[in-house]
Amino acid sequence: MGQIKLNQVTKSFGDVEVIPPLDLTIEDGEFAVFVGPSGCGKSTLLRMIAGLEDLTSGSVEIDGTDATTTPPAKRGLAMVFQSYALYPHMSVRKNIAFPMRMAGVDQAEQDRRIKAAAEALNLTDYLDRRPGQLSGGQRQRVAIGRAIVREPSAFLFDEPLSNLDAALRVGMRLEICEMHDRLKTTMIYVTHDQVEAMTMADKIVVLQAGVIEQVGSPLELYHKPRNVFVAGFIGSPKMNLISGAEAEKHGARTIGIRPEHIDVTGDSGLWQGVVGVAEHLGSDTFFHIHNTGLAETITVRAPGEVSFDNGDVIHLSPRLDQLHRFDAQGLRIE
Amino acid sequence: MATQHSRSAARLMMAPAVILLLGWMLVPLIMTLMFSFKKYLPLRGGDLGWIGFDNYVRFVTSSAFWPSVVATLAIVGGVLAITVVFGVLLALLLNQPMWGQGIVRILVIAPFFVMPTVSALVWKNMFMDPVNGLFAHLWKFFGAAPIEWLSQASLQSIVMIVSWQWLPFATLILLTAIQSLDSEQLEAAEMDGAPPLKRFSYIILPHLGRAITVVVLIQTIFLLAVFAEIFVTTGGAFGTRTLTYLIYQRVLESQNVGLGSAGGVYAIILANIVAIFLMRAVGKNLDA
Ligand SMILES: Nc1ncnc2c1ncn2[C@@H]1O[C@H](COP(=O)(O)OP(=O)(O)OP(=O)(O)O)[C@@H](O)[C@H]1O
Ligand SMILES: [Mg+2]
Repeated sequence: MGQIKLNQVTKSFGDVEVIPPLDLTIEDGEFAVFVGPSGCGKSTLLRMIAGLEDLTSGSVEIDGTDATTTPPAKRGLAMVFQSYALYPHMSVRKNIAFPMRMAGVDQAEQDRRIKAAAEALNLTDYLDRRPGQLSGGQRQRVAIGRAIVREPSAFLFDEPLSNLDAALRVGMRLEICEMHDRLKTTMIYVTHDQVEAMTMADKIVVLQAGVIEQVGSPLELYHKPRNVFVAGFIGSPKMNLISGAEAEKHGARTIGIRPEHIDVTGDSGLWQGVVGVAEHLGSDTFFHIHNTGLAETITVRAPGEVSFDNGDVIHLSPRLDQLHRFDAQGLRIE
Repeated sequence: MATQHSRSAARLMMAPAVILLLGWMLVPLIMTLMFSFKKYLPLRGGDLGWIGFDNYVRFVTSSAFWPSVVATLAIVGGVLAITVVFGVLLALLLNQPMWGQGIVRILVIAPFFVMPTVSALVWKNMFMDPVNGLFAHLWKFFGAAPIEWLSQASLQSIVMIVSWQWLPFATLILLTAIQSLDSEQLEAAEMDGAPPLKRFSYIILPHLGRAITVVVLIQTIFLLAVFAEIFVTTGGAFGTRTLTYLIYQRVLESQNVGLGSAGGVYAIILANIVAIFLMRAVGKNLDA
């Protein structure tokens, strides 16, 4: 249970239209990720699903019934906020119990669910502490615990990991994925980090200025970006986008080639340039290449250790079967 | 952060201010203490020598002492209750986005800038006068006999006047506290199924706890010393003689400086007890 459907949903703040008419369906049990640059309306969209923000027009359906005017508490959704929004004067136990207390769940059942959630989230030792006495990662877990015990039909996450350090973020990412595999509940997850989106999602929704640019599985977006924006947004490092004469040669206004789809050699190749910065990561080497006559810089990702240095002339061979072509409107040409 | 040298220079430069403040405080304090152990009647023989703790004993055993303590507590307690309850409500109201918010906020703060003597006189003559007061007209309009506020409901009248003066202070402090509440907490509570009243009691009120403590303690210190409002309205009659007013009467009306000083020392001790609690509460507030 937990299918969410948006029909022609719009949102304006005063005269400013933040979300133009938008349709989207998230299937039961799906892990959907909203991704897009800052200010594109991800949080607004999530808050509209949660009921914290009124729709300007359109409707929201949850499990096939219209929920447009249903108050947030009655929608059966649980939300995890970026700031965690824990209640600072209550212990962890009370925080987790709060939604159940409001719903009038009996004490024995409350204890059982708190125990289960605390075990799943490694919080058993902290149940009697206040949120102020916890680390960021632990607070995040409490916020998730508070959402789990409600047994919602869908979880909504608004950039839950953005306040955590990189190592912790990777750990929590895995935990949330495992939680999804275990609970099989619908999850909607907002992030501006496309790595999070790629690793966690069943379905990615790429947004720009309130418009859905593309919806699809991570690999669909990677292999077949629908337009230039998605091509540039998904993938790390970013896809090289080249326009001009080189693009015309392939019958397109813009062509794109991912850094990992360019081979480098010292002697011969289709393109050539001068190495600017070389980033040696051990597993990979990233080259930022100038003076190719194609674009400002071309980024190349070579597997393993490749020994070119600043100032070296380098030859590039793009794998032409991995070339993406886009027309004058920025749309993909098949 | 400071070297030995700069620290001693700092002490030297602070010295004049510290000495001035100490003198300002210590001289009256020591004189009060000194007089409290003397029989000192300015118009009836002047300084009649040391008499030990006689003044202290006389002050607390006089028939006026306990009623004055009760009156003091009634005024302090009444004003605190009214200002905290209405302060919270007003703060909630002023925190709502509404038309003319800026002007309304200034209007709410305004009473705080009116001098106590003036506001008490305005209340006495404009509102509470049994013949010409607005309340009298209101009562007459509904066909009731006007109340003689300052004699029939004297304590309540003074509580009302003083509350009116202190409500802005409470509102202001509580409003800033409400504004510092993270709106995501309220939204989380809303999603967790808490209706507005429960959001108030589980989220907003605990958040205001510290601010309410600070309001209560600061007001207590000032309310213990309420004087002008009593002086210009009832003059201490009709059960409105507070501890402060009693001390004033002992010194100036009975011309017994020794006895009044002993009362003053009691008042100092009382105020200090409150001050200790205040320091603790405010200190905790700063730590958290
Ligand atoms: N209450 C509001 N009043 C007016 N404009 C708003 C309001 N809330 C959001 N906006 C605007 O709506 C747009 C979308 O905001 P939103 O918070 O959804 O962005 P976002 O995609 O979540 O960005 P981020 O990744 O930075 O969190 C922004 O341009 C923002 O300025
Ligand atoms: Mg956001």
